[in-house]
Amino acid sequence: MTNLDPDTIKVILATDCGSTTTKAILIQYVDGEYRQTHRGEAPTTVEKPFADVTMGVVNSVTEIAELAGRRLVGDDGRIICPATGTEGCDIYISTSSAGGGLQMMVAGVIAEMTAASAKRAALGAGSIVMDVIAANDGRRPHDQIQRIRDLRPDMILISGGTDGGTTDKVVQISELVAPAKPQPRFGSDYSMPIIYAGNKDAREPVKDVFSDEGFDLQIVDNLRPVLERENLGPARDKIHDIFLEHVMAQAPGYDKLMGWTGAPIMPTPGAVGDILQTVAKLQEINVVGVDIGGATTDVFSVFDETFNRTVSANLGMSYSISNVCAEATMPNVLRWVPFDMNERELRNHVKNKMIRPTTIPQTREALMFEQAVAREALRLAYKQHKEFATTLKGVQQQRTVGDTFSQQTSGQTIVDNMTLDLLVASGGVLSHAPRMHQTAMLLIDAFEPEGVTMLAKDSIFMMPHLGVLASVHPKAAEQVFDRDCLVYLGTCVAAKGMPKAGKSCFSWELSGDRAASGTINGGDLQLVELGEEETATITLSPARGIDLGEGPGKKVQRSVRGGTVGLILDGRGRPLALPEDRAACQSTVQGWLDSLDVYAEESEAVAV
Amino acid sequence: MAKAYTPGLLVTRHKKHRIMRRLPIAGDVQVKVDDMVKADDTVAETNLPGDVHPVNLANTMSLPAADVVACMLKSEGDSIALDEPLAQSKGMFGMFRTIVHSRFEGTVETVSPVTGQVIIRGAPLPVQVRAYMSGRVVGVTEHEGCEIEADVAYAQGIFGVGGETQGCIRVATVAHDQELTADLITEDMAGCVIVGGARMTVESIRRAMEVKAAAIISGGIDDQDLKELLGYDLGVAITGRESLGITVIVTEGFGEISMADRTYAMLREFEGREASVNGATQIRAGVMRPEIIVPLDAAPSASSDAKFEEGQLETGRMLRVIRDPWFGMIGEVSGLPAEPHVLGSGSKARVLEVTFPSGEKAIVPRANVELIEE
Repeated sequence: MTNLDPDTIKVILATDCGSTTTKAILIQYVDGEYRQTHRGEAPTTVEKPFADVTMGVVNSVTEIAELAGRRLVGDDGRIICPATGTEGCDIYISTSSAGGGLQMMVAGVIAEMTAASAKRAALGAGSIVMDVIAANDGRRPHDQIQRIRDLRPDMILISGGTDGGTTDKVVQISELVAPAKPQPRFGSDYSMPIIYAGNKDAREPVKDVFSDEGFDLQIVDNLRPVLERENLGPARDKIHDIFLEHVMAQAPGYDKLMGWTGAPIMPTPGAVGDILQTVAKLQEINVVGVDIGGATTDVFSVFDETFNRTVSANLGMSYSISNVCAEATMPNVLRWVPFDMNERELRNHVKNKMIRPTTIPQTREALMFEQAVAREALRLAYKQHKEFATTLKGVQQQRTVGDTFSQQTSGQTIVDNMTLDLLVASGGVLSHAPRMHQTAMLLIDAFEPEGVTMLAKDSIFMMPHLGVLASVHPKAAEQVFDRDCLVYLGTCVAAKGMPKAGKSCFSWELSGDRAASGTINGGDLQLVELGEEETATITLSPARGIDLGEGPGKKVQRSVRGGTVGLILDGRGRPLALPEDRAACQSTVQGWLDSLDVYAEESEAVAV
Repeated sequence: MAKAYTPGLLVTRHKKHRIMRRLPIAGDVQVKVDDMVKADDTVAETNLPGDVHPVNLANTMSLPAADVVACMLKSEGDSIALDEPLAQSKGMFGMFRTIVHSRFEGTVETVSPVTGQVIIRGAPLPVQVRAYMSGRVVGVTEHEGCEIEADVAYAQGIFGVGGETQGCIRVATVAHDQELTADLITEDMAGCVIVGGARMTVESIRRAMEVKAAAIISGGIDDQDLKELLGYDLGVAITGRESLGITVIVTEGFGEISMADRTYAMLREFEGREASVNGATQIRAGVMRPEIIVPLDAAPSASSDAKFEEGQLETGRMLRVIRDPWFGMIGEVSGLPAEPHVLGSGSKARVLEVTFPSGEKAIVPRANVELIEE
């Protein structure tokens, strides 16, 4: 890795090698601040017939070079680094999710405790977790062994036991993995990397279990040294090391690419997590980020500096769209569509999207249906995230007399929509929605933010690049994140509670760049103009039983930021309830869509 | 200026087709370069390590784990038969000994003094790799597999279930737009690859399974029928390992949709010939589509109909619209406007103008068409 003085870095080139597209951005120091100035993209070339990832990188960088009028690729086909005058860059960095990204299997003794911690470490490192094996996962040992044999992970993380605790259970888990002889996904002639991050007293017997050829055992500090504390850093760092040394080294062209970069290549989702953590820390806010793709949906959260990431496999908008409809059920999808649709035709339509994933909605009806599916995919992914992002399970609770009536146990979700400050959207269906109002509405309906929450979207999926940049130049990463990466949609003010339809839910008064006031009734949605560069102070007076952040019925004053959509006042209540009756539901949803001007223009399929 | 690239499904009367046949782990390759092989010939075989059975003797014998090794009647590497004594406790003063009999046949692989667990590995599982396609062996990778090449007629489907199989082509319908119903399938279609026209019904697939047909191919299928057939709602399109006893291939998509005339005409032309078919579909990185391969006796004389470059979107090319509101319709590219167009959905996208056989014209996003490849 290059040891550059951050102050000398003025031109930064970053790429993200995705499964289908390689995206490049150029960041330059302009007028005393870092700005993203140009972007380029090209098809990823990791698969045959090209089988060399650097070809796609060079193509995307060449596009930038043409746009920027700056030579970035030398005659030898390499990226010019360091910069000289009007040529090259000071640092080149990259992330990668090509070839399916990093795929892991994790194992622990107790599913809710050490196995959950191992899963958190793997997810935090940017991995897809293919399965979690635990002594109490309900499967019989031979079923577990068969499952391990069937998987072809890039590496396996084994945890179990606190330091000084029992050793036999964690050795027993190792004894399931070893005889299964799992085969790595890439390269038949290299050993399966095993990371052991469990009870330190079990290291020697675990070494004995994996002493055969075919395994490359790496031992790191216990990721759960005591029940009350996780120590995920060493396991996570080791995952990154192995990702570079083993997984990337097997992928076509990556050995060359690794020689070009000034910082280690990171798995794309790991980099997204890093930038969100950096921003949450620097701005002292709670953040939730979502990236909805064709196959999976990633949710990231930082609450009180605790980071969590989940990957909802098979909740996506193309390859997995059929699974979303199956998991959510078609009635739940259709409740967001304000007109009748033939269910048989819809089912065929969904399957056709699954088998031809690159098609786009041509008609407004098709778009509305796809966005209805997206609401459900996001809702389910966020639900899974809330169930996973909990306080540590298995921790003994200290109770006093004052806690007599409090039934709080360990393992409560730490995701609290009322304390959420910023909700960031990325992924095709959110980023490329024809109107930003649609993106805002999708976020509100799916995530149900409470109180005052800022909404934003990643303009061109730049978060991965900024995540890896944060490891070498956090200041530049934060500046670009705020100024160029995020498109602020506006602020949502939403009432928690069950307001009565037609009765006052809360009154509001705006002062600052905009002055306005009004009352929101139960069931109402209202859009108030507040532009992109505008901020204001909002004073909110909720009705009895309604909470806007300070407790039921208590007055709230907050600073709010405008955006491309504006200020959204939501009196529908939380949890959001839609009428059971289909006709009433259609009418209610149509009313909400009209309030926010979600589908503004009347338009039809184009015939000529 | 670069031409737009829109991949389509390949349907061709001739191509030089090469397939790789590979063992899951190292083994023996039984053919050599230049050998001629038939589709059902075995070209390579190996033994997979047997199933693993863990036996927790410490629990079974109520002993500390460290004492298990001393009680073993079999050592690591020893064979053991079903019900053969595996371990015996020391008992009290040599009396009241407990004998544990093996519930599995195999070899004792490990005995753990830490957990008291014994691992018994079952007999190796033989795996044979068949040629799948008749042709000539053109390459051998020692211990791994071989490459087979043949002159073939080839058609890609859009979606399928079930794995590799082969049989004679039998066309059950009289036209490419005729629905494939159960009454069209007869007993003499056993072992055949049945070809229909438009949508195939679940009853027709069941009837084909009843007569033991190898595969059934048609233009479309209803999602509800697929669900009934599989017994579950398919969530993601990764298929090929279903054990239905038949391979099902859809050439166009879901719903009431006819097989493309050209595909149907080609399959009809090759009626009676042996075809190798595979329903395996994977729609992610490393896309895999189902395929129908008809090996030819000899390469036909070079045709001069390759008017267009593969994958290039050009005026005059035939294409299929693959999304509503013109889903399934086939037409000809009549215009390629350079500027993006605002669609009915409000999105801005690059489009093309298509002229349908009726003379009707439409503007369609380029993402919503696929070329009919020759």
